[in-house]
Amino acid sequence: MRNLKLIIHREYMARVRNKTFIVMTFLSPLILVGMFFLIAYLSMLNNGEQKIIGINDQSGVFSGEFEDTEDIQYLDLSTVSLDEAKRIVELEGYQGVLYIPDMENNVELAESIEFFGKESPGFGTLQQMERIITEKLTTRELIARGVDISQIQSAETKVNIQIENFQGQRTSRMSGYIKMIFGGAAGYLLMMFIIIYGNMVMRSVIEEKTNRIIEIIVSSVKPITLMLGKILGTSLAGITQFAIWVILGSVLLFIASAMTGVPMVAPPSEAQQGFDQLANSDMQQLLTDVANLPMLSLVISFLVYFIGGYFLYSAIYAAIGAAVDSETDTQQFMFPIILPLMLGIYVGFFSVIENPHGTVSTVFSMIPLTSPIVMLMRIPFGVPWWELGISVLLLIVTNIAILWLAAKIYRVGILMYGKKPTYKELYKWLKY
Amino acid sequence: MNDLLVAENVSKQFGKFIALNDVSIAIPEQSIFGLLGPNGAGKTTFIRIINQITMPDSGTVFFNGKPLHPNDIGLIGYLPEERGLYKSMKVGEQALYLARLKGLSKAQAKERLEYWFKRLNITHWWDKKIQELSKGMAQKVQFVITVLHNPKLLIFDEPFSGFDPLNADIIKNEILNLREEGATILFSTHRMESVEELCEYMALIHLSEKLLDGKVSDIKRAYKSNTFEVGLTTHNEPELLKQLEQNFIVEKANFKSITEDLKLRLQIAPGGTPNDLLQYLVARAQVNHFVEVIPSVNDIFIKTVTQNA
Repeated sequence: MRNLKLIIHREYMARVRNKTFIVMTFLSPLILVGMFFLIAYLSMLNNGEQKIIGINDQSGVFSGEFEDTEDIQYLDLSTVSLDEAKRIVELEGYQGVLYIPDMENNVELAESIEFFGKESPGFGTLQQMERIITEKLTTRELIARGVDISQIQSAETKVNIQIENFQGQRTSRMSGYIKMIFGGAAGYLLMMFIIIYGNMVMRSVIEEKTNRIIEIIVSSVKPITLMLGKILGTSLAGITQFAIWVILGSVLLFIASAMTGVPMVAPPSEAQQGFDQLANSDMQQLLTDVANLPMLSLVISFLVYFIGGYFLYSAIYAAIGAAVDSETDTQQFMFPIILPLMLGIYVGFFSVIENPHGTVSTVFSMIPLTSPIVMLMRIPFGVPWWELGISVLLLIVTNIAILWLAAKIYRVGILMYGKKPTYKELYKWLKY
Repeated sequence: MNDLLVAENVSKQFGKFIALNDVSIAIPEQSIFGLLGPNGAGKTTFIRIINQITMPDSGTVFFNGKPLHPNDIGLIGYLPEERGLYKSMKVGEQALYLARLKGLSKAQAKERLEYWFKRLNITHWWDKKIQELSKGMAQKVQFVITVLHNPKLLIFDEPFSGFDPLNADIIKNEILNLREEGATILFSTHRMESVEELCEYMALIHLSEKLLDGKVSDIKRAYKSNTFEVGLTTHNEPELLKQLEQNFIVEKANFKSITEDLKLRLQIAPGGTPNDLLQYLVARAQVNHFVEVIPSVNDIFIKTVTQNA
């Protein structure tokens, strides 16, 4: 125990004092925040640029329908001919001209509307114009068929299906998104953590091998103690880095947003619209949804799966580090590590979001190599306790098994030099 | 004298490869014991078993009369052949770390390190990183780390490799000094001259088997062949040579002398004494040179290994 503490301390200090670590820790949030503001700034620049589009409406149906928006200004060119309108647009350097011919039949009219321009308009612009035209023509067609529009308008209802589970907890569609974000972020974070710090464990094992210090150390401590100390020390360094990132990131974001006047949470324009459309009650619902998330069980299971998943993979990384002589030899062993991680992420982002309690999601949240990621994504949607129990139990059992196997490979591998290990060779080591 | 370390019928196999086959070795307390053998003989495996890095498949190792226990690690100091230190860690810091892993408290470790650093005149290296030191300098630090916790048993695997003659001598004297203070020393090497010079006991391992062991002087006595190197002056060399060849096995010898001698190696029959030979020679020629041929450790090594190849 005493030695484990000593090793953890040394590993921690060695990581934390490393120049790359220091640079990465303090530079990453700066880069991240810088990127954020660059994007915000660029999109603001883009917003300021207003496009002008001429409307050549021969039918007169749409007069007054095209309202200027933040980035599009509509110019009425209905009084001149189409050719004249085109000439004006080209001369003035406008975006283009929308030609609406004069036709009685709404369906024919809809098919004959054309846009002329030097270059094709952006997707958003096109969509906006199409929406206005569709709405107007639909209304016109409905009237033409003798439908009372005021009746339709008064009959229109907005539906937000109230979702309630058997325990009586109310949720909504909005809360589905929140759960997705929470779960997705946790799963993704875990994957990044495993890859970054697992690699660090591996490199530090290789370092001890190439430095030839390993035999001096294992004559004082058990290899498994050294391995555990490495994994723990490195993960503590990782947690330190994350903590600094979170603190530094929020402080920087706060300072920068105060200085530049960019709102701290600046959602892209579509989302902005989405938020605008949310009624006040929806906003309140959102807050209750966040508050309604099972925070305690979320945090606890996050910790359990985070630790379990990280340990599982770190042990494998450590064993790989012990088996090889240099980092270039690790390639052949990387694939089996990356594969389940990627699988977890993909299953999480495609299957869990689609159907959190479907067969695929359930199975992958049981398999120990993918369960930390997939289960973390599922948990916000509510997972029965027995499923959680089985999954955690499997994870723990596998952890013990993998740690045991890794320790065996580690014990033999650290004292092996000059051998390029194959899987067959590793299997033999297990029996030494 | 008590044996500090006794290995009884130790065997170790790696897959199909047999590293040690039923090896028994006893190392007397406060002795300097040479463990010899060609590369790949099983020396390192044996040492790793003593250090409890590897466990034997069968057989027992006794330390101080009791089966080896994990706590005994603190009583053993090991300088492996493949040795190194953390490149980017400071000398003092990592010496402290390694000493504490051996069970010393921080204060104890610091005090002893200061003593040893002063003794070897390397105090100014404390804050240097290993990568700033030369190989020989790093070896010195490793030596200090090995002996720092006052181990009862010191195991040195090729301790002098990487040292210049001056520093090799300093280290040699420190090793002798540690022995005087009560430590038992196990040397693993294939440099015969250091065995010749330092070891009282030795064991020879070849192809995973122990071929011989015991007191170096006993082994030499067992290996000597009653052969004497003589330098003779006589008027009639051919006649003398003829007579000698009838009584002994005669070989030409080559050694330095200031007289123009007949230089020969004579092997007498078992049971014959040097005095008999000397009397025989004195009666026939002037004896300028008379010395018994004692096999060197090197000779014994080569002879035993080639015999068992």
